[in-house]
Amino acid sequence: MDKTVNHKAWFLVLPVLILVAFSAVIPLMTVVNYSVQDTFGQNEFFWAGLEWFEEMLASDRMWDALGRQLMFSGIILLIEVPLGIFVALNMPKSGFWASFCLVVMSLPLLIPWNVVGTIWQIFGRVDIGLLGYTLDLIGVDYNYTQDTFAAWVTIIVMDVWHWTSLVALLAYAGLKSIPDAYYQAAKIDQASRWKVFRFIELPKMMGVLMIAVLLRFMDSFMIYTEPFVVTGGGPGNATTLLSIDLVKMALGQFDLGPAAAFSIMYFLVILLISWVFYTVMTNLDKKGM
Amino acid sequence: MAKITLDNLAHSYLPNPKSEDDFALKELNHVWEDGAAYALLGSSGCGKTTLLNIISGLLQPSRGRILFDDVDVTHAPTAQRSIAQVFQFPVVYDTMSVRDNLAFPLRNRGRDEKYVAERVQEIARMIGMEDMLNRKARGLTADAKQKISLGRGMVRKDVNALLFDEPLTVIDPHMKWELRTQLKKLHHDFGHTMIYVTHDQTEALTFADKVVVMYEGRVVQIGTPDELFERPEHTFVGYFIGSPGMNVIPAKVEGRTAYIDGSSVELARGYGPLDGKVEIGVRPEFARLSQSDGLPVKVRRVEDVGRHKIIRANFFGHDINIIAGEDDPVSADMNRVTFDAKHVNVYANDWRVEGEAA
Repeated sequence: MDKTVNHKAWFLVLPVLILVAFSAVIPLMTVVNYSVQDTFGQNEFFWAGLEWFEEMLASDRMWDALGRQLMFSGIILLIEVPLGIFVALNMPKSGFWASFCLVVMSLPLLIPWNVVGTIWQIFGRVDIGLLGYTLDLIGVDYNYTQDTFAAWVTIIVMDVWHWTSLVALLAYAGLKSIPDAYYQAAKIDQASRWKVFRFIELPKMMGVLMIAVLLRFMDSFMIYTEPFVVTGGGPGNATTLLSIDLVKMALGQFDLGPAAAFSIMYFLVILLISWVFYTVMTNLDKKGM
Repeated sequence: MAKITLDNLAHSYLPNPKSEDDFALKELNHVWEDGAAYALLGSSGCGKTTLLNIISGLLQPSRGRILFDDVDVTHAPTAQRSIAQVFQFPVVYDTMSVRDNLAFPLRNRGRDEKYVAERVQEIARMIGMEDMLNRKARGLTADAKQKISLGRGMVRKDVNALLFDEPLTVIDPHMKWELRTQLKKLHHDFGHTMIYVTHDQTEALTFADKVVVMYEGRVVQIGTPDELFERPEHTFVGYFIGSPGMNVIPAKVEGRTAYIDGSSVELARGYGPLDGKVEIGVRPEFARLSQSDGLPVKVRRVEDVGRHKIIRANFFGHDINIIAGEDDPVSADMNRVTFDAKHVNVYANDWRVEGEAA
């Protein structure tokens, strides 16, 4: 088929380009700008090339934060995904209790991040918090401000409390879309409960689960507010995740150059991992997993 | 294999059924003979699937009992009943290969792999999918998937009964015929009790020894294809079986004569006084157009369908169909119709009345 060629048509793309430019490209470019320059104040900048990038890549600080970040995202995914599926499998499928469960499950999702942080910050305090006080009373040595392990447990439990609902709700939607005939056929075929899960429920949920994993990965990888409110990154640097470290560097120490280089690499890592997820997802889809 | 007895069986989807209308399946007593092939025929929503699901245990009946041979299995779970059932729309296990799909019911029962492999190969040949055994079931066409569903239903030899719930709906016509033949052969070879739900009369009549016709949650007739054709027990059977269906005409019946708008039609048998809605039913095959005999009709249209002609006519304000042979002349001056008295049935409130031989 012959296509009409008219290069003026490119002007039709202009509004979108302008919108994207102002919302994403230009702000990002200021960061790029900072990352390749150095300043000693008075708004004077000097070309620094890739120096900041080299410095950041050589610094233990960033690698440590990345390590902690990967560990955090890994742990919460390992807990939230199976737990979410388990909750979804056990939710009632219809009637009053189904709606009731849905509402209760949605509640944590509606609470603002800093409020979640505050809730858990107080909840875990040994002097006035219900959790901290109770644990102390029964003789558990729990103090998230001093003990690394306690601090990690607190922020992980907090994230699980806050976000498992999301995975559960997505998994529930996936489960609800399975026609009855599948369960009936499984009964006829005498499939065990495990086989029903493995060969019917899990494959049918795969699509929404992938979305859940992707969302939870991206969100947890960028998490800032909740752990910042609870532990402030401590004790020491034990819970200093990537974004907490970044803010310390950019606003606490005002090291704009390194922080900008850090940001760009941070962004690229998220982009890369999300891309890998997406590719794996679509490939699995094609192969019929 | 077993004889399946339905004893006062009834089912309602409502928790507290009040009137008879609340029942999806009205009270039913029937014995499915061991090893017979039945077709369950009826229009959509008449309770066919409900009945099937009760037999296989996917549904617990509200009332009555169901026995396999003489064992009460009313509350036994599906797994204990050893039933194979194929559903209207294909159910395949997407992540498994075709081979594993077919092997699934056998493996779940712990059969050894050698037997499983043998059986799978046999079934694959039967459904024509031998060269696809290693493919993933996902991404296959709907009719390939349905063939797998059928295969999974047939793979076990030790089933009490094979239930088919309109299994060929999504299969293309050529394959339909082929699979139906395979099912018949399977029945012939192994003698499983088979119940085949359909709303397609050709399918029902070619498949089954006995046809069970359901209408609004009730079994209205159980019989051989011949019986359904010759002596429909209910006007629905007359209307549903046959192409076109039976002509049902309101009439007044006195003794051996039926009166339609004052004109008389002779009957082969005598009838006592009848209450309620009285109708006579004549199959188009037993009506004949003529020049001089019988009652007046107004021919509206003649359709030549190849083997015979269908004449659509108006008879005292009612639409009737008449079938004439391929070579029978039909001309403009033929404006009368006669009925073969032997094949005129009388219905009171939709149920056939058995007349007394004169």
